[in-house]
Amino acid sequence: MSKPPQDRFIGGKQSYESIDRKIGRVVLDQKSHPPIWLITFAMAFLLVQVLGGAVLWLLYKGVGIWGINQPAGWGFDIINFVWWIGIGHAGTLISAVLLLMRQQWRNSINRFAEAMTIFAVMCAGMYPLLHTGRPWVAYWLMPIGPNTLGMWPQFRSPLVWDVFAVSTYMTVSALFWFVGLIPDFATLRDRAKNKIVQVVFGMLAMGWRGSVRHWLRYETAYLILAGLSTPLVLSVHSIVSFDFAVSIVPGWHTTIFPPYFVAGAIYAGFAMVLTLAIPMRAWYKLKDFITDKHIDWMAKVMLATGLIVFYGYILEVFFGWYSGNTYEIAMIKNRMTGPYAPFYWSLITCNGIVPQLLWIPKVRRCYPAIFVISQFVTIGMWLERFIIIPVSLHRDFLPSSWGMYIPSFWDIAMFVGTIGFFIMMMFLFVRFLPMINIFEMKELWQRQQQAEHADHADVGAGPVPAHDAAGAGHDKENAQ
Amino acid sequence: MKNDTPKPMDLEAAQANLAGKRGADYWRSLDELSGTEDFRNWLDDEFPNRASLLSLDRRDFIKVMGASLALAGLTGCRFMPQEKIVAYVKAPEEIVPGKPVGYATAYSQAGIGMGVVVTSNMGRPTKVEGNEKHPSSLGATDIFAQASLLTLYDPDRQRTLTHNGELTTWDAFLAWLRPLISRPETIARVRFLSEASSSPTLAAQIERLKKALHGPKWYVHEPAGRDAVYAGTQTAFGAPLNPVYHFDKASVVLSLDSDFLTAMVGSVRYARDFASGRQVRKGADKMNRLYAVECCPNNTGATADHRISAAPSELEAFAVEIARALGVDVGAAPLRLDNPALAKFAQVVAKDLKEAGAAAVVVSGEQTPPAIQALGHAMNSVLGSVGTCVGYTQQVEIQGESLDMLLQEIDEDKVEVLFILNTNPAYSAPVDLNFASRVKKVANLVYLGLYPDETAALCQWHIPATHYLESWSDTRGHDGTHCIVQPLIEPLYSGKSVHDLLSAIVDEPVDGYELVHGQLLGANPTEAREKDWQTWLHDGIIPNSAFAESPVTLNVAAVSGAASALVPAAAGFEIALRPDPTIFDGRFANNGWLQELPKPLTKLVWDNAILISPKMAREMKLSRNDMVKLSVGSQSVKAPVWVLPGHPTNSVTLHLGYGRRKGGVNLASAGTDAYALQQSATPWNLLGAKLEKLSGTYDLVTAQDHHAIDVGEIGNQQNRPLIQGNTFEEFVKDNALPHNMYGPSEVHHGASEGEGHTGPPSLYDAKEHANDGNAWGMSIDLTLCTGCNACVTACQAENNIPVVGREQVRKGREMHWIRIDRYYRGNPEEEVEALHQPILCMHCENAPCEPVCPVGATVHSHEGLNQMVYNRCVGTRYCSNNCPYKVRRFNFLNYANHHEVPVLKLLNNPNVTVRGRGVMEKCTYCVQRINAARIEAKKADTTIKDGGVITACQQVCPPKAIVFGNIHDTGSKVRELKDQPHDYSLLEEVNTRPRTTYLKKVVNQHPDLQHGAHS
Repeated sequence: MSKPPQDRFIGGKQSYESIDRKIGRVVLDQKSHPPIWLITFAMAFLLVQVLGGAVLWLLYKGVGIWGINQPAGWGFDIINFVWWIGIGHAGTLISAVLLLMRQQWRNSINRFAEAMTIFAVMCAGMYPLLHTGRPWVAYWLMPIGPNTLGMWPQFRSPLVWDVFAVSTYMTVSALFWFVGLIPDFATLRDRAKNKIVQVVFGMLAMGWRGSVRHWLRYETAYLILAGLSTPLVLSVHSIVSFDFAVSIVPGWHTTIFPPYFVAGAIYAGFAMVLTLAIPMRAWYKLKDFITDKHIDWMAKVMLATGLIVFYGYILEVFFGWYSGNTYEIAMIKNRMTGPYAPFYWSLITCNGIVPQLLWIPKVRRCYPAIFVISQFVTIGMWLERFIIIPVSLHRDFLPSSWGMYIPSFWDIAMFVGTIGFFIMMMFLFVRFLPMINIFEMKELWQRQQQAEHADHADVGAGPVPAHDAAGAGHDKENAQ
Repeated sequence: MKNDTPKPMDLEAAQANLAGKRGADYWRSLDELSGTEDFRNWLDDEFPNRASLLSLDRRDFIKVMGASLALAGLTGCRFMPQEKIVAYVKAPEEIVPGKPVGYATAYSQAGIGMGVVVTSNMGRPTKVEGNEKHPSSLGATDIFAQASLLTLYDPDRQRTLTHNGELTTWDAFLAWLRPLISRPETIARVRFLSEASSSPTLAAQIERLKKALHGPKWYVHEPAGRDAVYAGTQTAFGAPLNPVYHFDKASVVLSLDSDFLTAMVGSVRYARDFASGRQVRKGADKMNRLYAVECCPNNTGATADHRISAAPSELEAFAVEIARALGVDVGAAPLRLDNPALAKFAQVVAKDLKEAGAAAVVVSGEQTPPAIQALGHAMNSVLGSVGTCVGYTQQVEIQGESLDMLLQEIDEDKVEVLFILNTNPAYSAPVDLNFASRVKKVANLVYLGLYPDETAALCQWHIPATHYLESWSDTRGHDGTHCIVQPLIEPLYSGKSVHDLLSAIVDEPVDGYELVHGQLLGANPTEAREKDWQTWLHDGIIPNSAFAESPVTLNVAAVSGAASALVPAAAGFEIALRPDPTIFDGRFANNGWLQELPKPLTKLVWDNAILISPKMAREMKLSRNDMVKLSVGSQSVKAPVWVLPGHPTNSVTLHLGYGRRKGGVNLASAGTDAYALQQSATPWNLLGAKLEKLSGTYDLVTAQDHHAIDVGEIGNQQNRPLIQGNTFEEFVKDNALPHNMYGPSEVHHGASEGEGHTGPPSLYDAKEHANDGNAWGMSIDLTLCTGCNACVTACQAENNIPVVGREQVRKGREMHWIRIDRYYRGNPEEEVEALHQPILCMHCENAPCEPVCPVGATVHSHEGLNQMVYNRCVGTRYCSNNCPYKVRRFNFLNYANHHEVPVLKLLNNPNVTVRGRGVMEKCTYCVQRINAARIEAKKADTTIKDGGVITACQQVCPPKAIVFGNIHDTGSKVRELKDQPHDYSLLEEVNTRPRTTYLKKVVNQHPDLQHGAHS
């Protein structure tokens, strides 16, 4: 078994202290934030106001302010729901699946990937709630039970499965994220000079002292949560895909949807992680922790999942033709040559063709290029949902009922608003919480040191607990 | 706030002024009062003397109260009749709270009545149904009768009597009128301009009026009246006779641009009669055949076995050609058919007509020129069908002189007082008459009308008219059958009927009831006669009152003269002007149900357009929505074009009724005023028109084909087996229709042919449950459906379906629970066939909507209904997405919001929930009617009999194409139809197992015109 190339995941000359300092500085030294933070935050905050306005108007007038109609009963609402949920997936994959697979390169990106998951799920969660005609009774989808509401929800409906899937996903992701933050909260508490900051982080640290018992419990809990999260990576988007696959609408009624949606979700998620990581590591000078190798590997994951997705597109067309079914063939034909054909071909370009550039190592090392490709993928994945949802609905069985779906101002306002919300939350997160896992980085550094020694002497690969060292180190600093 | 207290007003003086005065007198006194500055100040201030209001002593307070009472007199225009709420001391026997009662009355339009039974819910008329006993209805109605209910509750109706735009009272009007018409010099200068009417009571009143006022003249203006029909019979038989057709006796019918199945006097009856010859059932060996020649494609053409289009001038040539072939003396008629397709058609039709002889009938459209109509009558005479398939009765409508004559008299200054009664000539007079400017010469104009419309704006006095459900009258049906118009509600808005007004003019102190009663029974009727009156009222028809069909002799010379006078058309396009299929001559322009009703074939809503053929569109590089200028002579209109397959190439069609300027909120949707082109001499066809493309487009809104732009053939079925059918020949041969001439027939079931249509395989044993109570189902016969839309409007009325407006329909959010899908077959540049298919909730046994609802808001009943639980619906719209028939409708906004117009609340059917925003809705198979029948059956300790539940769409259907019932009942009509060999399910391959199934469309084509030959 070849050794993982850990050395390449932390750059520069580091020590426990320097890792603490470099990551903790972003939170503790508020002056270290570049002006771009304030500018972006202000813009995002403005968009959140747009979101607020769009939601208030929606509640006042009803979903008729959107572009949905007969036959296209779903439009931006469900497109954006699926899109945001998909984006969240990379976070869970990185933090849970890669943890279980002992892919330690994930350590520097898992924290903000998880944050991204949570904020994306928050954005996604708004839609199913608000897209209902009567959002004030949307809680009827919850299994509150016959004792309270007189009846259960209708368990055969994929929308009920969605409620379970998304709420479980949100809960587990938030827990996972918070548990992972506890040792870092302690570090920040210990490094903070400001009394208030000390108290706040002290409370969040929940009495963490870095004792062996704490670490033991912590590691167990974290592993269990990772174990819980892992099936979610597959299940959540599979269930989201059931919203479509269970129906009989040509273009929705497709058995390939679950794997194809999961791959698409990871694809979109990695694109979003890259979109965030590339500027962040530059602005906050974190290139030592989010290294070129990280970007390279993420690009490779994106390429791999992108190929799965592209394969899905090809199969859809094949099955449409192979079925010999009038409605399926008409659906494929409509996608390719109908009024929304430009969107379909843009989708193929964005998701199928442009990412092929990632085969080239040079491109994978060119950050502007990767950033742009990530944007293509993000847009492409949005278009994919557009093609699946309204474009399938707008022309189904009876030509007499065919229509067009044209999003309204409020559709766009709400979408832009959720983007603003997401960015705002990410920026708040970056400013007030450690965006890179400090203790895991220290652990990684420690392993790296060990590995360097092991080159000379054949020391066993078993990890030496470095956690107490982390805790102790801070105590010393604080005492000074 | 003002601090300076104004001069104390002389309230005592004001009160003294008002003392002892009542009613209308308040007006003048208050005018005088408000003339004083103090009073005006006091009036202007909502709370006079606010600063001192609290410091008023008791005496002053009472003074202010006194003045407030005076003000109450100022605002004393009543909106509703004031009534005391007292429980019935002695309840009328038939009224049970919560139980609707039906009353027979009659709806008339353009002078011709149709017997209806109106449902009243605790005094509110809520639904119009046909009167089975009335020969013009036979239990069915048309869209206009259905929608007339909405006009009753229209909040835009004129609510009070006005004089020069100011509110006044009936007494004030009488006070003005009496001295005026008692002047001898004025009496001779009084004229009446009325809508067409056939009321014998009115006719008698006119006689009395003429006596009392020494013969004031009676003029009639009916924009879509039957002048041409009477001119046609005048030519053919020398007298203005009313043709009455008997299509049940006809085996071959030729329609010359008529829409006798959906839009002609008597069409409700005619559709039933015609359908009786098209009952394609197992073992049938006979079917009638309909040929249609159309200047503008309509429903009759879509129902026809063979249709062909012809420009108005070609229609003349065609009529002459057929007449000649049948042996009618057409003299030296110069017209020849140059169009080879038409010539071939004429040849086959003539042969077929001749073979059928007395069982063949030619029916000409009401808007065709009198010469064509005369030729039609001549052909019927020659064929020998007069007396079998067609009869002629005396004129139904009261005769009057024309608007043209009236205007000449006005020009000659012979008119001092003009009463305009329920007609709107300021809008609907042909443009060459120049009504609006010429009528101004009349010093005193009095208008009796429902709406503050264009004519009202010209008249000094506007008396709000009553709706037919608000006043007593009588009317005659298409065959002259006399029936009583019985009101169901007190006038909502202090309206007066035409009878009230005429009574007032001759100073007869009798009301409408006494007038009609007196007219029918005479003075001092015997008790037996009184009993008759009760029976007539109850039945809605006076037995044996139809006009006798009079024997006729053809005036051969006149017919050949008329035929010879037809000359070839000059160069240029022809224009066909026609009454609008939904808003008629414009009188329904404010009726949301009719405005939003998709027009047959075009499916346009809220607008009219210039209809052109696809070929013309290609040649002139026009596409739908392009603005054009259509001009003829010095007149022109600007309108968008609509490309209509099947339209003749050398003519364009424009429907009347749009471009209204005044008279309600719904008129804002504009459209184009076709009266601006109409000429009084040739009101329906214009020659020598020019069409000019303008820059710009207009967004016409349709309820179908929201797409169509990129779909090669507009509205075709995209090779889907949606409408299935075949020729009658095939039916007789196979007693089933394995082949589908309208597209690929994908589903074949070897076992299903003949008995028991099984559908795709299933593990469920239907036979095992064959006796488990009721299983509701519906059968729709596509052979019979004429696409008349009556079911759509009836459903809207029955189920409280809101009107959503033009913008919402544009977005694709119309709410109709039942719709008529329209597809075409054939090359759009040549002749096409239009196919209708009514689509409502299929009540699938295996409903795709049910498993996807997350809250169980749509569930299946044990009787097979797919139920929608509004209260449980959260509005995810998943059910609609998953419905392959797209019959579900969603309240995207609060469409049923009647808070702003409370009067519309009265309209609602109390047995149907009004749906709020955010919930899904759809056809329920009229579950309220099922439950009402179930309650009755339970009370009688029995089961619901076949025919015990009639859905709204079924009840209104003129050809009885829709049949509903219990499919478990082996003796039921619906079961019988579902066991027919040509029963099929729409989208059977999706395995939804719909409870609504269709009988394939069977056409009886002539072998020489088989479709295979030209498609």
